Amino acid sequence: MLAALASPHPGGLHRALAGIAALLAALLLLLASPAHALTFPPFTGLVVDAAHILPADRAAALTAKLEAFQQKTGRQLVVATVPSLEGRDIADYGYQLGRAWSVGLSDVNNGAILLVAPNERRVRIEAGYGLEPVLTDAFASVIITTQILPRFRAGDMAGGIEAGVDALVTQLSLPDDQAKARLEAAVAAFDKAHRRGNDGAPVSLIFWGIVALFVLLSMIRNRGGGRRYRGGAAPVVLWGPGLGGGWGGRGQGWGGGHGGGSSGGWMGGGFTGGGGGSFGGGGASGGW
Amino acid sequence: MPMPPRLRLALIAPLAALTVSACGINSIPTAEEGAKARWADVQNEYQRRADLVPNLVATVQGYAQQEKSVLTAVTEARARATAITVSPDQLDDPAKLRQLNQAQGELSQALGRLLAVTENYPDLKSNANFLALQSQLEGTENRIAIARRDYNQAVQTYNTRIRTFPDAIGAKIFYGAKPMATFEATTPNAEKAPTVQF
Repeated sequence: MLAALASPHPGGLHRALAGIAALLAALLLLLASPAHALTFPPFTGLVVDAAHILPADRAAALTAKLEAFQQKTGRQLVVATVPSLEGRDIADYGYQLGRAWSVGLSDVNNGAILLVAPNERRVRIEAGYGLEPVLTDAFASVIITTQILPRFRAGDMAGGIEAGVDALVTQLSLPDDQAKARLEAAVAAFDKAHRRGNDGAPVSLIFWGIVALFVLLSMIRNRGGGRRYRGGAAPVVLWGPGLGGGWGGRGQGWGGGHGGGSSGGWMGGGFTGGGGGSFGGGGASGGW
Repeated sequence: MPMPPRLRLALIAPLAALTVSACGINSIPTAEEGAKARWADVQNEYQRRADLVPNLVATVQGYAQQEKSVLTAVTEARARATAITVSPDQLDDPAKLRQLNQAQGELSQALGRLLAVTENYPDLKSNANFLALQSQLEGTENRIAIARRDYNQAVQTYNTRIRTFPDAIGAKIFYGAKPMATFEATTPNAEKAPTVQF
């Protein structure tokens, strides 16, 4: 339709229809993008034992420990066990899991995952972008080889996970003054968004609302006249692509469906869901 | 009944704004900057690996001096790889990207051979410094793979945007936007880990 308006040629309608078809095809392609090829267990708590290797009481104790850790430091550490890596390398699976769950806060990206795949006999510590300076690859590798793998080899899965979590909590609890200010800003942003329950109206929506109001007003003041009515109705159809354009990029912000049950904010204790953190492959893997 | 000129202007102005924005006046630069930012990530990760190599070579040298040819190959591959840089403005040139991809791929292979020969030196393999470097190198290779994938996805978004309706109009009229190049596995078997031969 826009092509018909913009194009000086009379055959614009055909081209416009082809254009709309192309747009729909592009949308379909986006839906089928390979990033979504993996299926992940739902992010139900700070311990997601999808492979069922943790006894209930020890899982509960771990959850309490991890929630206290988040309450104290603002960082989010998650233990995940999965029944299958779906044929991927654990490093490949791990960062996509972190992004899918958006573990940690956006902007500071301070999430970490201890991922265990008992059937593939692989373990990985996945560090969010923001934790890479504190939880370096080398340190993650040391935790895996000294704390986790010896216990896993002895068949003590729960013990290995607990030892790994203890080492991670100790390392990530060390004071880090420079990061503190940025963390506080991110916590405030999370709590604000969390209380309101959504992102709030995007600026562009307000802008286009004003424009639409303007158009409607001038139509009312100049009532009658079908030709003018058509001129006014066209933009309503056309905002879709205009509005959609602004998104894209990496920060998916809040994504839907992650809102947890806690009402106390990010550092109020309890499970908050993910906070929009992202991962870039930091951490280390090991096998037993 | 002719429309008063001021009213006509009032109708045309928002329509023009909508038309222009639906043509990608904002979204095309946004997507382009997104792809360039992902490119910066890719270069950072390559740089990070290049920074690790001298330490790794020095550590291995202390234990395995007779592996001179492998060590020299790594150092030379690093020099060739760091000599090629692609600025964000050159991203629409597939040949440039292919050149960089090949040089970095050769460094990957040289590093793979180096790590393979270290298997023969038990003292080296139990050296804490070496183990730390090895895990850092693994992490960096992983980061490179992810950064490349993120870059490819950002470029795909950008290329789709400038080639599909309605942004294709704005891409042509306002920006003369050209599609960017993505990474492909160009060197034969570059996507496979190098085989170990003793």
